[in-house]
Amino acid sequence: MSDAHAAVAHQHQFDSAEQQKDAATLGMWAFIAQEILFFGGLFVTYIVYRFTYPQAFHDGSHHLDITLGTINTAVLIGSSLTMALAVHAAQTSKKNNLVFFLVATLGLGSTFLGIKAIEYSHKFHEHHVPGLSFDGPPNMELFFSLYFAMTGLHAVHMIIGAAIIIVLIFQAQRGTYHSAYYTPVELFGLYWHFVDIIWIFLFPLLYLIGRH
Amino acid sequence: MEAAAAGTNYLNNGYGVTSWLLTKDHKRIAILYLISITVMFLLGSLFAVGIRVELLTPQGDFVGADTYNKLFTMHGVVMVFFFLIPSIPAVLGNFLVPMMIGARDLAFPRINLASWYIYVFGAAFSMYAMLAGGVDTGWTFYTPYSSASSNTNVIPMALGIFITGFSSILTGLNFIVTIHTMRAPGLTWFRLPLFIWAHYATSLIMILGTPVIAITILLVALERGLGIGIFDPALGGDPILFQHLFWFYSHPAVYIMILPAMGVTSEVIACFSRKRIFGYGFVAISSLAIAIFGFLVWGHHMFVSGQSVYAALVFSVLSFSVAIPSAVKVFNWTATLYKGSISFEAPMLYAMGFIGLFTIGGLTGLFLSSLGLDVHVHDTYFVVAHFHYIMVGGAIMGYQGGLHFWWPKMFGKMYPEGPARIAAALVFIGFNLTFFPQFVVGYLGMPRRYHAYPDEFQVLNVLSTAGASILALGYLLPAFYLLWSLKYGKDAGPNPWRATGLEWQTASPPPTENFESTPFVDEDAYEYGAREAHVV
Amino acid sequence: MSQHHVVPLRIYFVIFTALLVLTAITVVVAFIDLGAMSDVVAMAIAFTKASLVVLYFMHVRYSSGLVALSVVGGIAFLAIFIFFTMSDYMTRTFFESFAL
Repeated sequence: MSDAHAAVAHQHQFDSAEQQKDAATLGMWAFIAQEILFFGGLFVTYIVYRFTYPQAFHDGSHHLDITLGTINTAVLIGSSLTMALAVHAAQTSKKNNLVFFLVATLGLGSTFLGIKAIEYSHKFHEHHVPGLSFDGPPNMELFFSLYFAMTGLHAVHMIIGAAIIIVLIFQAQRGTYHSAYYTPVELFGLYWHFVDIIWIFLFPLLYLIGRH
Repeated sequence: MEAAAAGTNYLNNGYGVTSWLLTKDHKRIAILYLISITVMFLLGSLFAVGIRVELLTPQGDFVGADTYNKLFTMHGVVMVFFFLIPSIPAVLGNFLVPMMIGARDLAFPRINLASWYIYVFGAAFSMYAMLAGGVDTGWTFYTPYSSASSNTNVIPMALGIFITGFSSILTGLNFIVTIHTMRAPGLTWFRLPLFIWAHYATSLIMILGTPVIAITILLVALERGLGIGIFDPALGGDPILFQHLFWFYSHPAVYIMILPAMGVTSEVIACFSRKRIFGYGFVAISSLAIAIFGFLVWGHHMFVSGQSVYAALVFSVLSFSVAIPSAVKVFNWTATLYKGSISFEAPMLYAMGFIGLFTIGGLTGLFLSSLGLDVHVHDTYFVVAHFHYIMVGGAIMGYQGGLHFWWPKMFGKMYPEGPARIAAALVFIGFNLTFFPQFVVGYLGMPRRYHAYPDEFQVLNVLSTAGASILALGYLLPAFYLLWSLKYGKDAGPNPWRATGLEWQTASPPPTENFESTPFVDEDAYEYGAREAHVV
Repeated sequence: MSQHHVVPLRIYFVIFTALLVLTAITVVVAFIDLGAMSDVVAMAIAFTKASLVVLYFMHVRYSSGLVALSVVGGIAFLAIFIFFTMSDYMTRTFFESFAL
């Protein structure tokens, strides 16, 4: 597709498409900064309770499936790759590649959620869900409260991300994105990578405590 | 861009409910916010009336103890989350930030509208909580009472606050991006009005702090609803952890409430002294300093909670330091007044009242920052008086001053100056009569959040309630004359105050696109000396 | 501030490989007894992985200082939150070892 997209339209409050893109990009980064603090509250809670109850966290971590956790980490990193490749495809106006990589990202993200669902069902059967006839020492219930709160919040972010990818796929199919206008793809990519980064921290903090 | 027909402005550019409810115009959204927060202020005031009536007598005879707990809780929740935090940014900020920087709108108009809907949705949740019987945990929602024992409507109230928090975050996000990317040509950072610096600093706090209260209040709701047990002492949960999470936001939140009022004060003092703000650069940077230092002091709310004494010492020292940038502003405003050509229109009365009352509130904050002294006055009326001096004597007076100052710009009509000055005087007198006795009675040991008290405190409490009735008159009066002015007020013209600032270079009320053409800025802010020769 | 910089595909694959390798390392190291250093190593690896994602996948390497400041700022305030909160918990029983 030739780059014959001369003057890309911009919203009335902006003076140029360039200004609009700069504003949108800064807006997404400000949103991500906010998200760091949103998850941050849970990280602070985690650190406080792990410091206070090291044994309970050690035991709780051992009840998590390290294989599934590792696979999921690889899956999510893969989805970050496909998302970066999708942005690249949009930047180079390769529509078919863009759609392919967006679908791949959606597929990998869904795989992650599927594996998470399996893990959650394991926890349910082992009576490790807080508030639902929890079976284990009291402080370990704190660990699992954090496990579910942190991975749950992360999963909610992934589900929202998946919904947005679907919209992007439809738009991409219609040829909306090309080298002169790919802002939504790029900014969604920032969001998706951020969600990946949260998991990069959650994985060792939840799954890899005292495994020796 | 087509030229607007003569007489077309943002108010008459489209009629009908949908043109307002689906507007993307930052000025209309500001008006929507003005209406909503006024309603919430009225609601919060009614709770205050309940409190002050009860405290007329030492016995708990007007309402029962549980009801009293609900009254002060809901007074606090409504006033903090649904009135003070949005007030100046959502009304004056939304209206003026684009205009002051020469832009046609904010960066994200649809997000701006969404932010108002989110606010209303959150307010609806909290109103539901109130109608369903209220909440009695205090606006601070301390666990484990809020997460486990209280049998009041904590979950809907918590969800209401959670939702409204996103309104705040989106407003802050919009302001930051707008100020960074949409300034008019020639408008460098150090030519910006101090109102903009204040809102930029406020927006930083909104973005960095609000998400923490969001997750915290969500955890309380989840704990109550699903029993997940993060704050449950039976499982090893630590109530002090909740306090750390809560105050990490709620302390910076008080700077969200005061910084915009400081921005208003800078604009008004400069205009009615006909002088540049002394030490502009220092005042600008002090806003950023307040925003940043404000995140380092939250433990001063927890001195007697069981927090480590060593951490408390550090928080105490840091709390002293956060007073410094505020003091810088007070000194600079005072220096601005010195040898200024001062006139006492209503906005100036509010601004001068702000400086005095904020100073008293701030100094008493230093009393509270002193670890040893705080042990004696924590949870007494001394604290209540301190924060009302800042929130009411400071923030609300800043809001009223700003509302009066920019009323002609927003609606094209002058408010009547005589009644306005009377209202300002009533507010000042009523406020001091209400809250100064509370310093005394608190220092003498009267605890807060109690509906009954020892007999010897009655006289001061009666004075306080009397003051509150005068204060109420001072607040009601503007409601009448401001509305009156919409129909019968004198036409204002573009710049009735002969003020500097881009917002005064366009019509009152402004056209939808704000300016006929994008302004070019080639002078510093507050060039009052040079401008006196010009008739605008 | 606008970034139209197109990152060469090769870089994405290099970073992806690095991330997988670091993931493998963090899992393997978890099974080795490093005492107190276990947490430090795990977090160091996590920070390295996060930095690679931020710099290359999120293009911060090719973006303006303002973008970098947003990232650093968010992390800095979280660090403040963690530091001061832990300063409470870690000093609650600070002087108990001193018998009086």
